[in-house]
Amino acid sequence: AASAPKPLPSSGPKSLREMPHPLATSSSEEMGPTLTPSPDLLLPRSIADKDLSLPNGTPVDTSSPASSSSLLNRLQLDDDLDVETRDLFVTVDDPKKHVCTMETYITYRVTTKTTRAEFDLPEYSVRRRYQDFDWLRNKLEESQPTHLIPPLPEKFVVKGVVDRFSEEFVETRRKALDKFLKRITDHPVLSFNDHFNVFLTAKDLNAYKKQGMALLTKMGESVKYVTGGYKLRSRPLEFAAIGDYLDTFSLKLGTIDRIAQRIIKEQLEYLVELREYGPVYSTWGGLEVELSEPLEGVSACIGNCCTALEELSEDMTEDFLPVLREYILYAESMKNVLKKRDQVQAEYEAKLEAVALKREDRPKVPADVEKCQDRVECFNADLKADMERWQNNKRQDFRQLLMGMADKNIQYYEKCLTAWESIIPLLQDKPETK
Amino acid sequence: MESTEPEPSGSRPEEEEEEEEEEEEEEEEEDDGALSPPEQPLAAMEDCLAKKMEITVSEAEKRTGRNAMNIQETYTAYLIETRAVESQSEGQCAPVESLWRRYSEFELLRNYLSVTYPHIVVPPLPEKRLSADNMDPDFVERRRIGLENFLLRVASHPVLCQDKIFYAFLMQEGGWKEMVNETGFQLKADSRLKALNATFRVKNPDKRFTELKHYSDELQSVISHLLRVRARVADRLYGVYKVHGNYGRVFSEWSAIEKEMGDGLQSAGHHMDVYAASIDDILEEEEHYADQLKEYLFYAEALRAVCRKHELMQYDLEMAAQDLTSKKQQCEELATGTVRTFSLKGMTSKLFGQETPEQREAKIKVLEEQIQEGEEQLKSKNLEGRDFVKSAWADIERFKEQKNHDLKEALISYAVMQISMCKKGIQVWTNAKECFSKM
Repeated sequence: AASAPKPLPSSGPKSLREMPHPLATSSSEEMGPTLTPSPDLLLPRSIADKDLSLPNGTPVDTSSPASSSSLLNRLQLDDDLDVETRDLFVTVDDPKKHVCTMETYITYRVTTKTTRAEFDLPEYSVRRRYQDFDWLRNKLEESQPTHLIPPLPEKFVVKGVVDRFSEEFVETRRKALDKFLKRITDHPVLSFNDHFNVFLTAKDLNAYKKQGMALLTKMGESVKYVTGGYKLRSRPLEFAAIGDYLDTFSLKLGTIDRIAQRIIKEQLEYLVELREYGPVYSTWGGLEVELSEPLEGVSACIGNCCTALEELSEDMTEDFLPVLREYILYAESMKNVLKKRDQVQAEYEAKLEAVALKREDRPKVPADVEKCQDRVECFNADLKADMERWQNNKRQDFRQLLMGMADKNIQYYEKCLTAWESIIPLLQDKPETK
Repeated sequence: MESTEPEPSGSRPEEEEEEEEEEEEEEEEEDDGALSPPEQPLAAMEDCLAKKMEITVSEAEKRTGRNAMNIQETYTAYLIETRAVESQSEGQCAPVESLWRRYSEFELLRNYLSVTYPHIVVPPLPEKRLSADNMDPDFVERRRIGLENFLLRVASHPVLCQDKIFYAFLMQEGGWKEMVNETGFQLKADSRLKALNATFRVKNPDKRFTELKHYSDELQSVISHLLRVRARVADRLYGVYKVHGNYGRVFSEWSAIEKEMGDGLQSAGHHMDVYAASIDDILEEEEHYADQLKEYLFYAEALRAVCRKHELMQYDLEMAAQDLTSKKQQCEELATGTVRTFSLKGMTSKLFGQETPEQREAKIKVLEEQIQEGEEQLKSKNLEGRDFVKSAWADIERFKEQKNHDLKEALISYAVMQISMCKKGIQVWTNAKECFSKM
C-alpha cells in the first residue's frame, strides 16, 4: 500500500495511449502504449482539451461502455467555464409543506432553464420531494456506475431530536438538494442522463418511476456490472492512492466535524453564562446613582455580544456542518465506486487468465474478454476524469466553506467590537453636576 | 424636670467636604478614654503621605520561623520599600528604605486603624485565604499587588496618612508590634455581641446610615454575584478558544495529503494555534479587573462597619438617656412620695415599712449626683454622636467619589480589554481567511 499517497495527476484523463495495461507490473508507471486504438479515431494529446461532440452538437450516447470511441466523446467542461457557455441551469427553492391524510411532507420547486436539444422546452418548473431526489440518485448510481454520483443530505432524521419541518432544517436540506442537482448539471456525462432529464421535466414523476425498466432499453446495453464475486489481486497504484486518499480525507473531515461540533457546544455554554452575566451589571446599576448609566451600558453591550454569538453558532450549525457531512458521504460513495472498479478489473483478469490457460492455436482474444477489457478501460477513464473534476470542485468547495467560516467569525468579532467601542464615550462621560 | 431625650441624629443637613478644601477641623478632645481618635487636622490632598513618598511592596519571600506557640511554620514575607519624593529642582534621588512585613502584621495595622478611626471607611486588605494556596505563586503575586494597593490607599487618605503607627509600619521594622499594642486599641474595640445587640435594638438611627448599610449589603451581594459569573464566563471562553487549537493539528495532517490545498490549510492551521494560545493573556488581564471589583467588595464591609459604629453609638446614647430618665423619675418619686410607676422597691417598702427621712434624703442625694453625672455624660455622648455623624459622613462622601471614579475607570479598562480581544480575533480570522483563499 502506498504510504505517502501520491498526488493525483492534474492533467485530465489519459489518452488511450497512456493507459497502462491492467496486467502490467504492479509498479505501473505509465508504460508505452500497449493498446492499439481503432484507426478511425483521432487521438488528441489530451482528451481534456478537446470538445468531442459530433458536428450537430449531440453528444454520442456515452453511457455504453462497450465502444472505446465513447471514451473520446466526452464533453469536458472546464471548471472555470463562463456562465454564458453553459446551457443548463437548475435551481432548487421554494419549499412548501403538504399535509395529506397519510402523511405530511415538504416539496421543493425545481426550476430548469436550458438550450439543450434534449429538452423540449427552454424552461421547466416542477415540484419534487426528497423521495424523488433519492430515486434519482439511485437511478444514476445504477445507470452510471463508473461515475461518482454526488451525495444527498441524510435521509433519516431522528424524530423528536430534529424537527423535520423547522425552517432551519428545511433550508439546510434545500441548499444540499440544490447543490446535488448543480453538481449533476455540471457533470458532462451525468447531466445528459435520461433519468435526470425526466426528473427535471416530468409533471408526474411517479408514473415514470413505475415504468422503471422500460427506459433502460433506450440506454443501450444494460450497464449492470454484476461481477459475481471476483477478487482483485492488487489494486493498481493510482487507484490505491485514490483509495488511501479518500480514507485519510474522510478521517480528517470526521475529526473536523467533531471539532466544529465541540466548538459550537462550548460556545453555547459560554452563551449561557453570558446571559446571566449581563443582567448582573444592570442590577448593580439599579443600586447606583452616578454609575447607573455606565453599568446599564455594559449590560446592554454584553447583551449585544450574546446576540452576535448566537448568530455565529447558528450559522456554523446550518452552513458549515452539513457541507462537511456531505463530503464524508461523498467519500464513502466514491470508495464504493472504487470497489466496483476493482470488481470489473478482477473479472477481466480472471477471464484473461482462463483464456491464457487454454492456449488455443488462435492467439486472438475472444470477444467477451475484449469486452471486459473495454469495460475496465472505460471505468478507469471515467473514474479518473471524475476524480479530477471532484478534486477541483472539492478544492473550491472547501475554499469557500472555510473562508465562509472565517468570515462568520470576523463578523462576530466586528459586531462585538462595535458594541464595546460605542460604550466607551458613555463610560467616560462626566456628569455635569456633582 | 426637663426631659432629656437623645437627640435624633437625622436632622443634620449633609455636609459635603471636598478633598481639596483644607478644613482644619479641630475635633473635641474627649477624655473618657472610649472612642476618640487622636486629634488631627485633615490633611489636604497635596500633603498626603502618598504624595511625599513612594511606597511599593516590591517582593515576596518564603520564610520559615517559629510562631507564638513555638511551632515551626512557613509564611510569606513582603518587602515594603519607601523613598521620599524629592522636589524636582534637587534632582537627587533619596535613598530607598525597606523592611519586611508579613500578612498578619498588615492585619494588625488595619485592625488598629479600624478601631482608632471608626468614622473612617478604612481601606480593605486583599483576601485572607486560608487554604493551601497561600504558597501558590499566582496567589502570592496578586496578594503582593493587593497589599501595595492597601498601603497606597491609606497613604492617600487625608486622615489615615497622618497616623504615627502607620508611619512606623512603613519605616520601623523592630518593635512595631509592641508599639501598636501599647496604644491599647484592643480595649477600645467593640465587642461583636454589643454591636449585634445595637443593630436590633436601636430606635432612632440616622436614616442615611440605615440606607447606607442597606446599600453596602446590596453592593456586596451584587459584586459577589458578578465575580462568580465572570469567573464562569472566563472558564467557558477558555474552552472555546482552546478547542480551536485542534483545528491546527488536523489542518496540518490534512494538508499532508493535499496538493494545491496543502499550503493554505497548513498556514491557516498555524493561525488557529495562535488564536487558541491568545486566550491565556486575555484572561490574565481580566484578573486585574476582577481584583479591582474585589477591592470594592471588601470596601462594602468597611462601609458597613462605619454604619454599625453609628448604630452602636446611637444605641449607647439611647440607653444612657433612658437610664437618666428613669433615675430622674426615681428621684421625683422619692422627693414627692408619690409612686408614679410600679416598682418593686415601692412595693417592698409598702410591705415592709417606709424608710426613714434620713434614708430617703441620702438616697435622693445619691440620685441627684448620678443624675448630674448622667446629664453631663448624655451631653457629651450627644456631642460625640453628632461629631461622629458629621465626620463619618464626610469620609463617606469622599469614599463615594473615590468609588465612582475607580469603578468607572475599571469599567473603561474592561471595555478596552474587550475591544483589544475583538481586534485580535478579527486579525487572526482575517489571516486565516487569507490562507484559505490561497487554497
